[in-house]
Amino acid sequence: MSSDSKRWVASHVAALPKSGIRDFFELVAKMKGQDVISLGVGEPDFVTPWHVREAAIYALEKGKTYYTSNLGMIELRRAIAGYVTEHFSVNYRPEDEILVTVGVSEAIDLALRALCNPGDKVMYHQPCYVSYHPSVALVHAEGIAVPTYAKDGFALTAEALRAAWVPGCKILMLNLPCNPTGGTCSLEQLTKIADFCREKDLLVLSDEIYSELTFDGVHTSIASLPGMSERTIFLHGFSKAFAMTGWRIGYACGPAPLIDAMMKVHQYTMLCASIIAQEAALEALLRGWDSVCKMRDQYHRRRDLVVRRFNEIGLTCHSPRGSFYAFPSVSQLGITEKDFAVGLLQQEKVAVVPGNAFGVNGIGHVRACFATSYEQLIIACDRMDRFVQGVKK
Amino acid sequence: MNPVFKLLLEGGHLSTAQMAQVVGLSEVEVQQHLEQLKKDKIFLGWRPVLDLSREGAGVAVRAVIEVKVTPERGGGFNRLAERLARFDEVESCYLMSGGYDLLVIVDGSSLQKVAGFVSEKLSTLEGVLSTSTHFMLRSYKEGGFLIEQNESSSTRLTVAP
Repeated sequence: MSSDSKRWVASHVAALPKSGIRDFFELVAKMKGQDVISLGVGEPDFVTPWHVREAAIYALEKGKTYYTSNLGMIELRRAIAGYVTEHFSVNYRPEDEILVTVGVSEAIDLALRALCNPGDKVMYHQPCYVSYHPSVALVHAEGIAVPTYAKDGFALTAEALRAAWVPGCKILMLNLPCNPTGGTCSLEQLTKIADFCREKDLLVLSDEIYSELTFDGVHTSIASLPGMSERTIFLHGFSKAFAMTGWRIGYACGPAPLIDAMMKVHQYTMLCASIIAQEAALEALLRGWDSVCKMRDQYHRRRDLVVRRFNEIGLTCHSPRGSFYAFPSVSQLGITEKDFAVGLLQQEKVAVVPGNAFGVNGIGHVRACFATSYEQLIIACDRMDRFVQGVKK
Repeated sequence: MNPVFKLLLEGGHLSTAQMAQVVGLSEVEVQQHLEQLKKDKIFLGWRPVLDLSREGAGVAVRAVIEVKVTPERGGGFNRLAERLARFDEVESCYLMSGGYDLLVIVDGSSLQKVAGFVSEKLSTLEGVLSTSTHFMLRSYKEGGFLIEQNESSSTRLTVAP
């Protein structure tokens, strides 16, 4: 095959950079079998609770192998409505304000495709999840990155938002708590952001996938603030809190006309989310809360462990208020995040992800996922300590 | 709640040094918490979780015995149960609701040894009305550990977004 085939690739796709995570993945894959401790994952180390898996097996046994409504099973949408009311204090009608999707990633894509005209501007805080900028570029919209900083615990501030705003901004994407920083906003900060969104008539895409994993304070959804539910699409899923990454199941809640527009794209591209995953998700909502709490308590202790150790080692690290990521700074060592990550991997066999994979504002940091056992975390911290002392010499 | 107790409830098997790192205390402080839990009779001690049905493990037989007893005036079930629990052969002993009174788990190196214990020691205790002995055939889960069906995580990605 000739490399000439490249001429058929659409220019905006050809222009997308490959995920920095992918490069690093290749590097780690080469070291297979060498006792590498990976803090590079983006998923829970827990397996989906057995009762959830068992419910999926039961669904298969009962012959549930068909399509569901485009919006998703009504029983699941009802359970989602109840869950969102209970945990996020926002009410959505199961009939027309909730759409079940193939993970939050699909929901983000649907929302952007349903809402963006070419050239529209979409704001998002950065460092951010790797797919945000590409998703915006794929719909021929323009991404406007709003920086967040370690000094604020990587919380988004209304001031930074105002400074980055330009005419033509239509959407603000939020991911609180945030992958990769673990940053989230206080109620006061969130209120100011909401005020700004109303002032500038911004629609909010709020990806709250890590909300159950909030360790300090209470998570507040921006959709629950006065006057916000009508301008917010609330995105959530099962991957993180219920340890269900591979099931690919999420949902979007919002005003009926917006959900209807997203559903149009969904019905022509995906038709519906897998019925097996929907059955499992229903079981998770009905009986999974105890497991969520148990896992959250463990993540909490792991967070305290790694943040304390990182700071002792000399890797300045804010305490992430949520998620299972620590985002320590390595710039004080006088090396780039890429050199740090590659050196740490090759010399001490610990994998972390260089922060530039999450946008330019991640430069000088690395992402370390603490969704792994205490024993492994302790060994990883010891190895990082040795590596840092070596660099300092 | 005692931070060390929370960690014990997770069912892990960390050393004192590892526990100290996780909860952010010194080893001495962790030891003090453990001692306090012992004093409160919540934490009784450590023991390994073994699959004794494995060939080569040596111990061959485990029996679950349902025991019906006559409660004593003044002492209820306690005196008899405590007496029963002192036998080395008794691995665990519980007072139960339902069709019988005491559930006794007995380990032995052979069927004869367990049978001998039941017929000579257990059923002859004053107050024991009847026993019903069930021998375990195979274990699928022991002390929280799954046997023979470990979940593979080797196919997980080592780096993911």
